[in-house]
Amino acid sequence: MASVTLKSVSKSYGTNAVIRGVDLDIKDGEFVVFVGPSGCGKSTLLRLVAGLIPVSSGVVAIDGEDVTDVPASKRGIAFVFQSYALYPHMSVARNIGFALETLGIGRDAIRTKVRDVAKMLKVDHLLDRRPRELSGGQRQRVAIGRALVRKPDVFLFDEPLSNLDSDLRMEMRVEIAKLHADIGTTMIYVTHDQAEAMTLADRIVVLNHGLIEQVGTPQELYHTPDSRFVAGFIGSPRMNFAPVSVEGAGETKHLSGPGGFAIDLAFSGQGAGAASIGVRPEAIAITGEGEGRLSGLLERIEDLGHEHFAYARLADDSVWVVRVAGRPPLELKGRMVGLAFRDADLFVFDGDGRRLDHHESHERASAAQFREARR
Amino acid sequence: MSTRLARREHRAAWLFLTPLALVMLLVAVWPLSRTVFFAFTNAYLDDPTNYSMVGIDNFIEVLTDSGWWHVVRNTLVFTSISVAIETVLGLAIALLINEAIPGRGLVRAAILVPWAIPVVVATKIWDWMLNDQFGVINALIVGLGLSDHGIAWTANSSLIMGVVIFIDVWMTTPFMVLLILAGLQLLPGEIFEAAHVDGIPAWKRFWSITLPLLTPAIGVAVLFRALDALRMFDLAYVLSASNENIMTVSIYARDRLISYQELGVGSAAASCVFLLVAFVAILIIGVLRLDRSAGAA
Repeated sequence: MASVTLKSVSKSYGTNAVIRGVDLDIKDGEFVVFVGPSGCGKSTLLRLVAGLIPVSSGVVAIDGEDVTDVPASKRGIAFVFQSYALYPHMSVARNIGFALETLGIGRDAIRTKVRDVAKMLKVDHLLDRRPRELSGGQRQRVAIGRALVRKPDVFLFDEPLSNLDSDLRMEMRVEIAKLHADIGTTMIYVTHDQAEAMTLADRIVVLNHGLIEQVGTPQELYHTPDSRFVAGFIGSPRMNFAPVSVEGAGETKHLSGPGGFAIDLAFSGQGAGAASIGVRPEAIAITGEGEGRLSGLLERIEDLGHEHFAYARLADDSVWVVRVAGRPPLELKGRMVGLAFRDADLFVFDGDGRRLDHHESHERASAAQFREARR
Repeated sequence: MSTRLARREHRAAWLFLTPLALVMLLVAVWPLSRTVFFAFTNAYLDDPTNYSMVGIDNFIEVLTDSGWWHVVRNTLVFTSISVAIETVLGLAIALLINEAIPGRGLVRAAILVPWAIPVVVATKIWDWMLNDQFGVINALIVGLGLSDHGIAWTANSSLIMGVVIFIDVWMTTPFMVLLILAGLQLLPGEIFEAAHVDGIPAWKRFWSITLPLLTPAIGVAVLFRALDALRMFDLAYVLSASNENIMTVSIYARDRLISYQELGVGSAAASCVFLLVAFVAILIIGVLRLDRSAGAA
C-alpha cells in the first residue's frame, strides 16, 4: 500500500517533449485512471511511474520515498501490459510464479502462492497450459495474477483491456473493480476509453499533449469540465459544439450562433471572451421547428435498440447528435427540427477552450454535487 | 468431391509451380540422379559412355578406405568446433549490438565486411599473414618478444586445422550474428520489461527468457552453418590442397573424381557426402524440433 507523488515530471526524446511538467498526488488505495487521446503521453507517464523509462527531470515518489533513480524492480510496483507480455515458453503456473523464483522461498511456498492467486482469478484449472493455448480473457487473468503474486504496493495497468472484445472487456472491467475493492491497493490505470475511465476511477486524470488538462472525480469531469477538451473527451457520444459571437457590456452578454441560436446569459467572470458553446447529446430534446434553442435538419437516426442517436445538421454545416431515450421521432426525418435544452446544461468556452461560469451553470454544478453526495 | 472453384485454384497452383519444378528437375534432381547412377558403375572420366554396372563395389571401396574415414573425421571436427565457436561468438555479438549503443549502425555494417570478402581472397590474405617467414603475425609475435622464432602455422600438422577453423570463424561469424540478431529483434520488448518489473536478474533473464525464445533462430542459424561447413571445400583447398590434416570429404570426392579420373568411385564418394549432410541435417532438425517450434515463439 502506498501513495504516489509526481513533482514536475518531464520526459522528452531529443527535442520532442512527451510529458511536460506533470504534478500529481495519488492517495494510498486510490484508483486513478489516466485517460486521453492516443499520443497524449498517458502510457509514457505510467512507464515513468513504473521506472521502465527514466524521467528527464522531476521527482517520482512512492510512499513518500524518492524513487526517481530506483530501478523498476525495487519500486514495489507491478505492471500489467497491454500485450499481457506473458512468457510464451512457460506454463501458466511458471508465468505467475517466475518472479518468486529468485526470492529463494522454496518450491512449495511458490506453488502455494501461485495456486492461491490462480484460484482467486479463476485460472487454477489452466496452470499447466501455455499462454498460446489460452483465450484473451484468460491471458489477461494470468497477467494480473503474475502482478498479484508479488503483493505490490502499487498496481499499474497499461490499457489492459484494449485487446479484448467488448463483452469480455465489460466483464473484466467489473472484475478489476472488484479486485480493487478486495485488496485495496493503489492502482493506476491507463486507457483511451472514457467509459472505462468513468466506471473504474476514483479520480480521472485527463492528459493532453503531455500536460494534465484536469484531475477530478468522474462526476466532476462530466458536470464541470475545466476545458472544452475535457468536455469533449468525457461522455459518449461526445459533446456538441458550436461557435458563438458575443455582444453587450456588463455582466449579461448576448450570445448568438448557428441554427438561430441566441441567448442572454449572466456571467460571473469574463463573459466577453466567450467563443463557443457546448451541449451534451443527452441534455437535448427534439422539438418542432421554431421551438427550442436552435434548429437544424434531422438527417439521420441510428437505432441502437435501447436508445437512438439523431443527427441534426445546423446552418453552419456542423452536425449535432441528440441522444433519444424513448421512441425515435422517425416522422421528423428529413425535416427541420428544433433542439431544446435547459440553460443550465449549456457550457460556454472562451477562445482558449477554458470553460466560463455563467449563473445557470452553478445550478447544474450544485445538482451534480447533490447527486454525488447521495451515492 | 471438389467444387469447380477448388479445382480451378488447384490448377492455378500447379501452373505457378511448374516452372520451379522444371528448374529443380534440371539443376538438382537430374545431376543428383546421374551421380547416384554413376556410383554404381566403373566409369572413368575420360570416357563416361564406356562403363558397366558394378553394384555396390564403389561404395565398399570408399567405406573401406582408411583415407575416407580420415577425411570424415576432419570434416566432423572442423564442422563441430567452428560452428560451436561461431554460434557462441555470434550470439554474444548479436546481444551486444542489439543494445542501443551509439554507432550501432556502423558496427552492424562493419561486422559484415569479413563475410563479404570471397573465401579464396580471405584465405589467401590469412595465408600470407600467417606465413612463417614473411607473415605479419609472426613478425608481431617476434617483435613483441613472445617467441624468438616464427611459428609454422600452416606447415605444422597439428596447427593447420586450428588455422582453418580460425579463418572460418573470422569469415562466417557475421552471418551467425545477422541471423541471431534478426531473431533477437523479433522478440517482443514488453516481455523483457515484464521481467524487469518482476526483478529477474540479468543472467536469469538470459537463461530463462532470451535463450529459450531465441532457440528457433539459433537452430536455423546452426543448421545453415553446419550444412555449409560439412560441404566445405574452398577454404581448405586454397590453403593447402593436398594436406591430409585438413582434407574434407568434398576434397576427397573431388580428388577421386578429377585427379584420379575415377567417375564411379568419385560418384560413390559424392553420394556418401550427400548422405552425410542429409543425416546431420535431419539430426539437427530433430534435436531442435525446428519443424515444430519455428512458429510457436
